[in-house]
Amino acid sequence: MAVISRRSFLKAGLATAGAAAAAAVPAGRAKAAPGEELATLIDLRKCIGCEACVEECRMVNEDKFPEPKKPFPVMHPTSRVKTADWSEKREVMDRLTPYNWLFIQRAEGTYEGKEYSLTIPRRCMHCQNPPCVNLCPFGAATQTHNGIVKIDDDLCLGGAKCKSVCPWHIPERQTGVGLYQSLMPNFAGNGVMYKCDRCYQRVAQGEVPACIEICPENVQKIGPRREIVREAHEIAKEIGGFIYGEKENGGTNTIYVSPVPFEELNRVAEKGPGKPHLKRVDDAMADPNRWAAAVALAPVAGVLGAVGRFFKLAKGDQDRPGPAGEEE
Amino acid sequence: MAQDGTIRLVRMIYLAAMAVMVLTGFGNLPIYKRYYLNEVPGFGWTADFYANIQLHYLAGAAVLAVTAFLALNHLLTRGRKPRLTKTGLVRLVALAAVLLSGLMMLLKNLPSVRLDPGLAQAMTLSHLGTVMVFLFFSLGCLIARARWLRPAGK
Repeated sequence: MAVISRRSFLKAGLATAGAAAAAAVPAGRAKAAPGEELATLIDLRKCIGCEACVEECRMVNEDKFPEPKKPFPVMHPTSRVKTADWSEKREVMDRLTPYNWLFIQRAEGTYEGKEYSLTIPRRCMHCQNPPCVNLCPFGAATQTHNGIVKIDDDLCLGGAKCKSVCPWHIPERQTGVGLYQSLMPNFAGNGVMYKCDRCYQRVAQGEVPACIEICPENVQKIGPRREIVREAHEIAKEIGGFIYGEKENGGTNTIYVSPVPFEELNRVAEKGPGKPHLKRVDDAMADPNRWAAAVALAPVAGVLGAVGRFFKLAKGDQDRPGPAGEEE
Repeated sequence: MAQDGTIRLVRMIYLAAMAVMVLTGFGNLPIYKRYYLNEVPGFGWTADFYANIQLHYLAGAAVLAVTAFLALNHLLTRGRKPRLTKTGLVRLVALAAVLLSGLMMLLKNLPSVRLDPGLAQAMTLSHLGTVMVFLFFSLGCLIARARWLRPAGK
C-alpha cells in the first residue's frame, strides 16, 4: 500500500487551515498558578516522527538512568520472579524502557477512504488522579502540585505495582538498582521503576520539558490544563478531529489531538510490552472511591448503634425491678 | 462490661474486619502473585490490586464503625467501667494512628483532593509503619495473653 506521508495527508484535506495556524503555536509556558495543573498538548498532525524528542529526552535525563550492580541478587521464587535488565540494551528506542521514557509509535492505515501515516509520541500520560501514585504502597510514586507524576528512585522497590495498576502499563523496571538491595533482595523487591517525569526540575524553573523544547515541528506545547484543553477542542473542531487524554482514566495531563479517530489508531498501531494502547480508558480509581462513602458513613453507623443500645439498656433497666443504673 | 450479645457481635465484626484488613493490607504489597497465593483456589482475586483496595476500604469501614460504637458505648456506660490495660492503651494508640493515616490515604485517592506530595508520602509510609507496630505488638499480646481491658473494679 502506498502510504501517504503526514504532509500529503494534510494536503488530502483531512486537516486544512488549522494546520498553518497551529504550526505557529509556541511551546507554551511551564508555569502554573497555585493549584493549577500543567498539561501538554500533542498535535499529531505536526509530528514527522524524527525522534528528536526521543533523543533529547535520553540525553537530558541520562543522569537519572539506572546503573545496576551485577550480578543481580537471586530472587525467590526464581520460577516467578524474573530480572528485568535493560542496561545492555540502552540503545532501544522503539518502545518504553528504563532508558527510554518516550518513543514514537507509528500508525498507518486508511480512514474515510484516505491513507494516513501518523507518528505518535508516547510516554506517561500524567493522570490527574494517578493510580500509580494512589496505590504505591511505599509512597514512591508522587504527584507534584503542577500535575507531574514521578517515581522516587530512592524509595521505589521495583515491585511493579504501578505498572500493573496503570491503565497503559507505562513504568518499566530495571533490576539490580535501588533500595531493595539494602533490604531483603532475595525475597522482596526487584529494582526500580522508571518513566517520564516530564522534566520536573526544568518545569520547576519555568522551563519546558526537553521533548517540547527540541521539537522542530512544535508538535507539543505545555500550559495550564484549562487552556490546553480549550485549544485541543478548538483544533479538533477546526479539523473535525479527535481528542485523547482529556477524559481517559478520569482525565490526564497529556492531551492528544488527531485527524484520525483514536479507535482507528489503536487498531493499527503496534502494541505490546512497552508499547501502550490508545483505547478509551475508564477511571481506574472510580470503583475504590465509591467505597469512600461507606467509610465516611461507618462512624455514623457505629454512633447510632451505641445510642440505640444505650436506650435499649435504659429501657430494660426501667422495666426490670431493682435499682436502675446497675453495671451491665 | 459484660459480654452481652451485642458486644459479642461487635467483637466478631471487629475480628473478621481485622482479618480482612490484614489480608488485603498485605495484598496491597506486590507479594501475593510473587508467592503464588493467587493460585490457591478461592484466592485468585488477591493478585488484583483494585479488588484488594476495595475490600480494604470495606473492612476499614467496619473497623471504623466498631471503633465509634465502642468509644461511645464506653462513654454512655453507667456505673464502674472497664479500663484499658497498658498494652491495650498501646494498641489503641497504634490503631488510631493506623486508622488516621489510612483515612488520609483514602482522602488522597479521591479525584477532588490534592495533598502535598510530601504529606501524602509521609502518610503512606506512616500507615505502613504503624500497621507493623500494631500487628507485631498485637501478636505479642496474643502470645502473652494480654487483654485490652481490665474488668471494672480490678
